[in-house]
Amino acid sequence: MAKDEIQRTYRLIGTRPDRPDGLDKVTGRARYGADVSAPGMLHGAVLRSPHAHARILRIDASKALALPGVKAVVTRADFPTGLTGEDWNLQENTIAGEVALYDGHAVAAVAATSRLIAQDALRLIAVDYEILPHVTDVDAAMRPDAPAIRPGAADHSVPEGLHPNVVKYIDFGHGDLEAGFAAADLVREQSYTTEATHQGYIEPHACLGQLGADGKGEMWVCTQGHWYIRRMAAAVLGIEAAQLRVTPSEIGGGFGGKTTIFIEPLALALSRKAGGRPVKMVMSRAEVFRATGPTASAAMKVRIGMKKDGTLTAGQAEFRMQGGAFPGAPVSSALYCAFASYAIPAVAHVGYDVLTNRPKCAAYRAPGSPMAAFAVESLIDEMCRELGLDPLEVRLKNAVREGTKSSYGPTYGPIGLVQSLQAAQAHPNLSVPLGPNQGRGVAAGFWFNHGGETSVSLAIGEDGTVTVSVGTPDIGGSRASIALMTAETLGIAYENVRVNVVETGALGVNEPTHGSRATFASGKAAVIAARHAIAEMCRRAAAAWGIDPEAVDWQDGAAVPAGPNAGKFPPMPIAEIAARMGSTGGPISGHHEVTAGGVGASFGVHVVDVEVDPETGRTTVLRYLVVQDAGRAIHPAYVEGQYQGGAAQGIGWALNEEYIHDAEGRLLNPVFLDYRVPVASDLPMIDTVIVEVPNPGHPYGVRGVGETGITPPLPALANAIAAATGARLRSLPMSPPKVLAAIRAQRGG
Amino acid sequence: MRYHRPESFEDAVAIAAGSGGTTRFLAGGTDVLVQLRAGLVTPDDLIDLKHIPGVAEIVRTADGGWRIGIAVTGAQMGRHADLVRDWPGVVEGMQLVGSTQVQGRATPVGNLCNGSPAADSVPGLVAAGARVDILGPGGPRSLAVEEVPTGPGRTTLRPGEIITAITLPPRGAQAGDAYLRFTPRTEMDIAVVGVAVNLRLDGERIAAARIALGAVAPTVLLADAAAAAIIGTPLDDAALTALATAATAAANPISDKRGTADFRKEITGVLVRRAARIAYDRVQARTGIQQGEDK
Repeated sequence: MAKDEIQRTYRLIGTRPDRPDGLDKVTGRARYGADVSAPGMLHGAVLRSPHAHARILRIDASKALALPGVKAVVTRADFPTGLTGEDWNLQENTIAGEVALYDGHAVAAVAATSRLIAQDALRLIAVDYEILPHVTDVDAAMRPDAPAIRPGAADHSVPEGLHPNVVKYIDFGHGDLEAGFAAADLVREQSYTTEATHQGYIEPHACLGQLGADGKGEMWVCTQGHWYIRRMAAAVLGIEAAQLRVTPSEIGGGFGGKTTIFIEPLALALSRKAGGRPVKMVMSRAEVFRATGPTASAAMKVRIGMKKDGTLTAGQAEFRMQGGAFPGAPVSSALYCAFASYAIPAVAHVGYDVLTNRPKCAAYRAPGSPMAAFAVESLIDEMCRELGLDPLEVRLKNAVREGTKSSYGPTYGPIGLVQSLQAAQAHPNLSVPLGPNQGRGVAAGFWFNHGGETSVSLAIGEDGTVTVSVGTPDIGGSRASIALMTAETLGIAYENVRVNVVETGALGVNEPTHGSRATFASGKAAVIAARHAIAEMCRRAAAAWGIDPEAVDWQDGAAVPAGPNAGKFPPMPIAEIAARMGSTGGPISGHHEVTAGGVGASFGVHVVDVEVDPETGRTTVLRYLVVQDAGRAIHPAYVEGQYQGGAAQGIGWALNEEYIHDAEGRLLNPVFLDYRVPVASDLPMIDTVIVEVPNPGHPYGVRGVGETGITPPLPALANAIAAATGARLRSLPMSPPKVLAAIRAQRGG
Repeated sequence: MRYHRPESFEDAVAIAAGSGGTTRFLAGGTDVLVQLRAGLVTPDDLIDLKHIPGVAEIVRTADGGWRIGIAVTGAQMGRHADLVRDWPGVVEGMQLVGSTQVQGRATPVGNLCNGSPAADSVPGLVAAGARVDILGPGGPRSLAVEEVPTGPGRTTLRPGEIITAITLPPRGAQAGDAYLRFTPRTEMDIAVVGVAVNLRLDGERIAAARIALGAVAPTVLLADAAAAAIIGTPLDDAALTALATAATAAANPISDKRGTADFRKEITGVLVRRAARIAYDRVQARTGIQQGEDK
């Protein structure tokens, strides 16, 4: 894409029209996962392990089955055997086999004629457990005395001699590390920990599944990716993917946590066993916390070399992460992100993926990157303070830019870290004077962004309005953004484009809305599909005018002769072409499918001011600034919403969110009352600055914006608290008791 | 589950006394309905008290105190200017329960009967010397608020007994109260520590004090030793230090998911100083206004 094309000004792109799904959502008309019902529907409920680690000796469901209204009970015995790899992991997480691996692990499921009967039936299922020793902490799980959760789960990467709970080992880097540290004036090494945090979406998982004895089924489900649901559920149940038709509902948040299966195969299995009656399942909040995927917890050691002028000379990171009782903690991506913001001559990374008795981790907004940033950005800040250097200047001095070879390998294209740092420096928040017990912290953050498998269709209606069919559920306003890009390309009104998220039978395979990809990838495919439709409409006009199709241009929503030599014809608008398309060759549509490349890497810079109560350790966020490169903000309000949402989740992770287990490994706080995400009154209005360094890999310059925003808050808050109190917190969450203890230790020392 | 909607306390008592199983009383429902939905309790008889005449009223009593009906909500209390002027600490405690939406339903009597040591409205009532009127199969009786809860989820109410109102004593001159709680969040949270202070001054010096501590023992504590530490003082630094020491000593918290025992004791000392200061300043501000009105 030529730069001049992506840098011109636009008619619609960059404007802020109402979102097309807005009225439905504010009036309650929008249908979420739990809003779908079907005739003859049963209600499903799940019996979950009350133990963190226990062998299942016997399951007796005879009393439950005898309860009037109970139509089916399923256990692992109702699922096929012989699965391997991630399919086996998914099946094992869906319903426990020989061993319950965490508190909340599904053991059996019931379908009954009412939700209350299903709940009563759960209490009638007798399960005999043999309680096994458990472990929930990553470092404890690596110690020799830790119980081996699944011997043999390690892959070929793990060196001999490590505990069997270590299932993956990563080791990479480049440059001469010793020379790098030798060239530094200051070398510091510190250790950090972060707690597991839940995505905390407002809408609990919900689905309605129907599966017949013939293996044909349907599912309506709240998900970020219905092809993933189809593929995973089909694998777990041993049915054919094409026979399962999956329709996504509106979605009340996902943040990565709805890119996998939990209750969906259970609903289908129950339906199959209940003679094909549809089964609805809706998780409670406690089930969401106990049994769906949070992110990993991390223990990290980082060593950095810095010259007196702030130049970074070497970086070394060792990350240990647990992602529950299954492989899959985001250790690799955390390590890739660790030094991704900086041009450092020598970097070395080592990572361990470790099993514990916790739920299987799922993706959560920039998986791994926030933990990595907490460690690296905290240490850089600490070293800046020690050397008396301005933390933003030091970041500018070392910032990656176009042409820099990244710490994880690839060379960056046009990126906006430098511009974001400069925009942060220029923001008025940085000149607000601070009072007693107040401090300012800054941090940078990175996310790769993702393209992925994408299939989009576009159809011209009889009146010239346009329907776009996409396969990426709309979480953050992507329908509005895709409508804007489509309308811009076609030269028609935004209101004349309707974007629908369609079911698995309507398009080729689409990856979920993950990796900050929906507006980028579905948007890119929609633009190309629109161009195909434009080409066809130009052909129809050419035929009507009796001229060569190459002699027709498309301008402002109409076919026009390309120039004076093409002939003198009045513009033929889209509505006119559409009205006659049945007699000029048939329906007009466009389609594009691709594994989208050309993603632009994403960088952001956050600046936070806090006040810390020195007597209670409580942190108040006074003001918060997010600066991030959007490439091109198609709908700026939704870009700002992503920035603010990422910051809000990161603030929660930094200050108060944590999984609290009792001595038996049971989760003590599976409710929002005690799992403390920030409430509205905890946060100031989060200020945003959209930097636009267009991404040449997208027709309008878009780069994904969804994930980077959660990355800098963790270190930015730690750096601000250090500035306010002199106490450096290296363990999350920075809850009042921990901050108070750190202040005490600081004064004592 | 049977749902009842009696129109008198006598009828409500009869229903409750006649129930052979589990009963729950419904006023705001912000605890009971949540417990129902969570499956923690399935009552045989659910008795809705909101339709008994007068239960949603706040009225001045003959002695100059206040009578608060059992269906009076936090939002109603917050809008009641005279009540707020007399008992700002009582009202601010109630108003910390839940969120704006919850305030529209939640009642102080429900908060009390739920039996939580962390109930935000209770320390203020205890410090104020509030009492509850009770009707039961054995007739009416009255209890000090601090005598109602006996531990988490438990009260001294006998089977069939219903609280019919809360009464606050007359405020009197040169007096003021305050409630502070500590929570990691600004709202939608449960007190890690709650402290209420109720003072009467004689000139600059404290003539009488009642101090109640929440979430640091199985029930809300009336901390007499803490009150004694400031009576007779002008709430100077020495008095505040003695107050913090006494309150911290009185606190007997547990460690749980919401805070450690050590942190709770520490915060008790911090909050009691701050709450005492606010109550003291309120007395002076109130006295100043009254003196201004007198002139």
